[in-house]
Amino acid sequence: MSCPAVAYLSTLWTQLSRTMLVVVVYCSLTFSSSCVWGQAHDHGADGQRHKPTQGSLARSSFKLPTGEELVNVLLLRDYNTRVVTFGTILLGITAGLIGVFMLLRKRSLVGDVVSHSALPGIAMAYLIAESVGQSGRSLPVLMIGATIAGFLGVVCTVGIRRYTRVKEDAALALVLSVFFGFGVALFTLIQSLPTGNSAGLNHFIYGNTATMIASDVYVIVIASVVVWISGFFLFKEFKLLCFDQRFAASQGWPVTALDLLLMALVVAVTVIGMQSVGLLLVVAMLIIPAAAARFWSDRLERVALLACALGGLASYFGVILSALFPNLAAGAVIVLTGTAFFVISLLFGWRRGMLQRIWMQMRVRYRVQQHHLLRAVYEVLELVQIESIAEQDESSLIELKQAVSLGQLKQHRAWSKSELARSIHYARRDDLVVDIGSDPNVVRLTKTGRAAARRVVRNHRMWELYLINFADIAPSHVDRDADLIEHVLEPEMIEQLEEIMEQASATMRVPPSPHDVTTEPPNSEGPQ
Amino acid sequence: MTVAYHRRPVIWDIDYNAPAGKLVAIVGPNGAGKSTLIGAALDLVPKASGRVRFFGEKYSSVRARVGYVPQRESVDWDFPVSAIDVVAMGVYRQIGWFWPVGKKHLQIAMDALDRVGMADYAKRQISQLSGGQQQRVFLARALAQDADMYLMDEPFVGVDAATERAIVDILHELRGQGKTALVVHHDLQTVTEYFDDVVLLNMRLVASGPVETVFTADNLRKTYGGKLQLLDQVGHRMTIDEGH
Repeated sequence: MSCPAVAYLSTLWTQLSRTMLVVVVYCSLTFSSSCVWGQAHDHGADGQRHKPTQGSLARSSFKLPTGEELVNVLLLRDYNTRVVTFGTILLGITAGLIGVFMLLRKRSLVGDVVSHSALPGIAMAYLIAESVGQSGRSLPVLMIGATIAGFLGVVCTVGIRRYTRVKEDAALALVLSVFFGFGVALFTLIQSLPTGNSAGLNHFIYGNTATMIASDVYVIVIASVVVWISGFFLFKEFKLLCFDQRFAASQGWPVTALDLLLMALVVAVTVIGMQSVGLLLVVAMLIIPAAAARFWSDRLERVALLACALGGLASYFGVILSALFPNLAAGAVIVLTGTAFFVISLLFGWRRGMLQRIWMQMRVRYRVQQHHLLRAVYEVLELVQIESIAEQDESSLIELKQAVSLGQLKQHRAWSKSELARSIHYARRDDLVVDIGSDPNVVRLTKTGRAAARRVVRNHRMWELYLINFADIAPSHVDRDADLIEHVLEPEMIEQLEEIMEQASATMRVPPSPHDVTTEPPNSEGPQ
Repeated sequence: MTVAYHRRPVIWDIDYNAPAGKLVAIVGPNGAGKSTLIGAALDLVPKASGRVRFFGEKYSSVRARVGYVPQRESVDWDFPVSAIDVVAMGVYRQIGWFWPVGKKHLQIAMDALDRVGMADYAKRQISQLSGGQQQRVFLARALAQDADMYLMDEPFVGVDAATERAIVDILHELRGQGKTALVVHHDLQTVTEYFDDVVLLNMRLVASGPVETVFTADNLRKTYGGKLQLLDQVGHRMTIDEGH
């Protein structure tokens, strides 16, 4: 009972550990940063464009939207909502697509490195722009700064990994925190400046979807189109790069250039995404849809499409919800919706979700139990009939129509009473055995049960013969080994076995057991 | 040729000419630089000095004629692709940039899968294949390329008997077509059975040439040094066998 559960949990854990790592790191970063930035945010909130003033808990309590508001938002009647929704959905789709490649390239955290590294770039861009007399809040200027710094961060990570003996995870942590720390220092400096018009900068940290305007959306459209075109035309190249870089290089594909292109796309999406969901959450937009989509399909094409769809949907719900409840930040809602999709996929995904796995496990257990029961019935009857058969023709069949008592079965195999009862219960349900009269302790095989029993015993004995003849396993041990393996035999393996056995001996009936059936409780070692 | 990692040379002064149309085993202890040798030959690992020529030319100009089978452990088999997808990667170069895999190339991949006896598994996701089947998929990917020379990195590691048989059959088939195969091999027992030539490698080239003359107990001891007790036994047994 506990064994498959433990094995199951451990496989699941290996499967999930990578995803979990991302989630844990990102949660802890969110937490620690929100402590650091909480104060700064309060100061900066006044200058934000549509943000309602923050007050005490009592004043900012949730207000349910009226029916009219609901209709307005859902039908996107409001121009602002339309712009924001369109831009954010586009961003979600694009981030989902590029995230799939990041996830498969085992670079889930690169988005985080980019966004954190971008922070000092934003601050520098602001300072430089202000010092030459321009407005430091001009979005294009800030984004150029973010892009350069973000790219620098990635280059540092790759460089550290390649040219020093520092491992990848350490390189990531190093670059991420150093750049971020530098950014924080610059930000506090900016806030202490007398010009003080720095409020817009905070958007990059927490994101502010609601302030998205048409020109922002144009930027998103351009970046998205570039990502989609690259993703579409270079799909097979990226697939090869992610799967087997060494082979790709041996074939002459420009691996470094492809890798750089992929990184450039990630930087672009991350920098744009930062503006709407913030630097802490943008990595979630990249990775969560991809991780969720993986539970539903084993084909890269479908995983990619699904990740796009999930990313778009999460963005849509996020924007709509935050439009209905203005106190909820859209970025956070987008990520939470994505997380909900992830949890649903984790549980119900039909390729590798938890329920699917539990179900498969149960089916295997059930099949094994059924095989044991059928073989036990066969062998009990065989024992009863063995003398009479020996006198007759050697190839005559064991008569399986006779009744068998539970006591006989209980003795034959080392199984508990409840195990036996459960097996019989299921066998009865599947019409493999029937009761005789009113006595619940005596059963008889049905027609299907008889055929199944012959098949099971034949497979078992063929496998035993194979092990004895070809694998040099002692007859006293062979029963147990066969027991372990036979349930996982695939049809083609059985064909192969039959072929081998056919050559070895002509009879294709159930062969007699190659060892003594009577004296051997299955778990004892037997005399050598 | 010399190759170094972090300034510590891994293989030194290898001077070797593989005979055309032969099956060559590259044999040596762990850390002898067998995989590095292949990697350096294929320009995957930078060389500190020396040069490698395939058919008298630089590798970069004859890539299409050289097939490569990497170690099975070098990739993540959990990747969401099917067996046929992986094999098709062998013809990506023929397809060229930007074009998706078409019918014609899918058929080439299918034929290659069939040659290694895996046609029935074409649509399976690769994590659902056994280790041996995965190895055969890798072999099929190289076969799909239809090269004249094959470099294989440990194709026999951790495979079942059926796969071992299939790989040996393919090797013989390749030799029948006049093709050359360099195979990193770890199982000393089967070297004489499967291969024509052998390269004994332990950071330096210990010996190379036909199996009958080069694969001797003496050379093996030189290759493996005192590292393996077991080897003395194997060598001892071999001398006894030769005595018969």
